[in-house]
Amino acid sequence: MNSLQNYLLLSSLLFSIGLAGVLVRRNAILVLIGIELMLNAANINFIAFWRFGPDPSALTGVIFALFSISVAAAEAAVGLAIILAAYRHSKTTDLDQMNSLKG
Amino acid sequence: MTHLARLAQQLDQIFVLAAHWLLSYLPAAIQPLCSAILSVAAIIIVFATLFAITTWLERKGLGRIQNRYGPNRVGPFGLLQPIADGVKSLTKEDIVPITADHAVHFLAPVLLVAASFLGYAVLPIGRNMVLVNLNAGVLYFFAVGSMMELAVFMAGWSSRSKYSLLGAMRAIAQMISYEVPLVLASIVVIMQAGSLSTVSIVDLQATYTGIWPHWFVFTPWGFAGFVLFMIAATAESNRSPFDLPEGESEIIAGYYTEYSGFKFALFFLGEYIGMFATSGMAITLFLGGWSAPFSFLTWVPSYVWFFAKLLAIISVFIWIRGTLPRLRMDQLMNLAWEFMLPMALLNLFTAGLWHFMAAGSLRWLVCSTMVVVPCILLSRGLKHKKKFQVRTYHYSD
Amino acid sequence: MILALLTVAGMAAAMGLRNAVHCVLALTLGFVGIAALYLQLGAQFVGLAQIMVYVGAVAILAVFAIMMTHNPESANLPVFSSQWIVGCIVAAAVFAVLARAISSSAAFTQVLPPQPGATVHQIGDSLMHRYVLPLEIMGLLLTAALIGAVVIAMDRKEEMR
Repeated sequence: MNSLQNYLLLSSLLFSIGLAGVLVRRNAILVLIGIELMLNAANINFIAFWRFGPDPSALTGVIFALFSISVAAAEAAVGLAIILAAYRHSKTTDLDQMNSLKG
Repeated sequence: MTHLARLAQQLDQIFVLAAHWLLSYLPAAIQPLCSAILSVAAIIIVFATLFAITTWLERKGLGRIQNRYGPNRVGPFGLLQPIADGVKSLTKEDIVPITADHAVHFLAPVLLVAASFLGYAVLPIGRNMVLVNLNAGVLYFFAVGSMMELAVFMAGWSSRSKYSLLGAMRAIAQMISYEVPLVLASIVVIMQAGSLSTVSIVDLQATYTGIWPHWFVFTPWGFAGFVLFMIAATAESNRSPFDLPEGESEIIAGYYTEYSGFKFALFFLGEYIGMFATSGMAITLFLGGWSAPFSFLTWVPSYVWFFAKLLAIISVFIWIRGTLPRLRMDQLMNLAWEFMLPMALLNLFTAGLWHFMAAGSLRWLVCSTMVVVPCILLSRGLKHKKKFQVRTYHYSD
Repeated sequence: MILALLTVAGMAAAMGLRNAVHCVLALTLGFVGIAALYLQLGAQFVGLAQIMVYVGAVAILAVFAIMMTHNPESANLPVFSSQWIVGCIVAAAVFAVLARAISSSAAFTQVLPPQPGATVHQIGDSLMHRYVLPLEIMGLLLTAALIGAVVIAMDRKEEMR
């Protein structure tokens, strides 16, 4: 793992695994977990570019990754609250059954 | 340097010198790895022995507080009781419920013990005696401390039993609630020390004016921070009076109801090791780490002071356990969010004031009032909503 | 390389396992793997903050949500939704495009440069001088998210009467 290319390939692999999880799983919470995974993959990208980039002393990548972690945590909290409220209404977390807006 | 001073310094660094002497027999290529293995083995052995001694001390101490002898059959004064306990837990049958989740059930105590031991990597046990001098040492400590909650959840969920699940939910709620005042109380020290590295925090406290040390606990904000940190540490380790998740008279044994034998002993070990680690961090942040309390006592080796302070804090923990009644769940959460969080934030503000005021008695006065008065006002105000009546006893005729 | 394999295995398990709690535990393993990758790249503060925030808070939040929405008969339902083949094809296509873009660029094959100093002191300095506006906005955002999450998930049984 000593080149930028390997880290970028790893992060794109994790991103596509997260994307597959979001598109494929039934349980709403696991879809949210897939979104977290995609955010983490993007963070790996930031840190890798910071390390291999032209100006590591500006700390841009590190600060961006820190903010991204906090935004992801806030979004996970709100998303899980929405899922809880939806579960209380429809008594299920199965996304295939939440199709009452389907025309 | 005089002969006695050189002797004191050698005694102080005896473990470092012994490690260097042992490692000099090895080829240079594997020396870093072997040095790390040696230090890790030393930490595990020392703190596991301290755990054994603490179980004996706790049972004797609690017994005396409760007006009875503790264990006194197994050896002189019951000193071999930890060995008897170890033999018992190793030879008991390992019962796992049929509907339990076997993989998670097995991994939960392993994760707990691993997360507890990882915290010792940044504690400076003596002068030059820290395993890893991380630049963000305090953050590392809290990060691995937060892994313990996941282990508690794994234990409670995988047992598929109502007591376990209830105990696990309560324990996690308690641990994450008290993590906030814990971290806020330590941020005060980080603000004043200007660094997250535990070694530099202790080095800053190891200086003396006259005979008095510069420990952070001797300042108003440091004292308040120390009290908050200790209360939060008691709650983080699920010790009495915060041991509702595991209280025997409440919920059988909470999240480790379905564990027996060696895994139960591992849970016990993990909790006590976590308690020692948090006490060690309190000593590092507030009580000056390995530095001596008076400047004329610096000839005593540094690790002796660290373990003396650790034993003092453990004795206070045992004393509190034997004396105070258990808090109810809602009382516990109210304490964390309504009392300790505002106090911790006020403490931050006070520490900032201390930093910007000139040294002298004015800042002592201002900061002390800013710490004591809100504490009194807040506790009065929070008691106001609840109606306390004189307890009357009705006896049947 | 081992860390990368461990992380990918953990995350693949997180997306593929049947039991939701096992998924979250595998996700935690993946988070720890990613934190180790950050430490390997020299970003100490971000790696430790990743463990503290993700493992210590987000994973526990997900676990709480799974416990509160637990449906015992959902174990018999199929794990994947009815259009899972389309989802897998889309994900594979995205990965193929990204991998082709990465491999074809010649600028990405340099070796590891020496360790930049990303001390906590420097991070604090840049947060307070250069990035103070995003810091304050982040505080507002977290407050709003906290209050919003509490309000949305609150038990409204008293109002429904």
